[in-house]
Amino acid sequence: MANSSKISIVVVSGTLERLQMAAMMASVGAVSGNEVTVFLSMNALGHFRRGASAPAAEGAFGKLLVEKKAPGFKQLFQSAAELGDAKIHPCSMAVDVLGVQAADLEPWLGGPMGLTKFLSDAHGGQVWSF
Amino acid sequence: MAERTIIDARGSFCPGPLMELIARLKFGAVGDEFEVLSTDKGSASDIPEWIHKVGHELLDSREEAGVWHIALRKTK
Repeated sequence: MANSSKISIVVVSGTLERLQMAAMMASVGAVSGNEVTVFLSMNALGHFRRGASAPAAEGAFGKLLVEKKAPGFKQLFQSAAELGDAKIHPCSMAVDVLGVQAADLEPWLGGPMGLTKFLSDAHGGQVWSF
Repeated sequence: MAERTIIDARGSFCPGPLMELIARLKFGAVGDEFEVLSTDKGSASDIPEWIHKVGHELLDSREEAGVWHIALRKTK
């Protein structure tokens, strides 16, 4: 597809606003013909457990997102994967530290990915971090 | 004239209307027409931009009483 590129997104924050913005970029990027890879680590990963509680807002805008019923960040990430073929991977280090199994995580996530592989995939493309 | 599928995304914020459109487009056939209804101003400019980038045919984009109507034909 014309104008397509590679977009790599690192998500480490567990706040609602950052998860939301990362999900928006992943979903719109993926459905616009870009090859999107998302790497979930640190405080972000726990929010991708099945049945995890909603993340806390960082500021006033996060509260507005909830009030105005903006599309949920998980729903957007799932759309990125299902409609745009985005690859969404938990960081293998974060999986180990958190002590989670694949079955504990959302089913639309890929398997744990190491940083070496992520960095090598990200080479030459856009990299965004949240 | 081709039958037009209406996607009522009123009340949803960006990128909700775009995602709803794409989810429906996926199951449509080439030549099918779709019309998104959105109250989100950002989506009103972003959806035509997406249609242009991906290469579908934008048929109409207009506002009526605070609701944007964006119509397109699936081309691939």
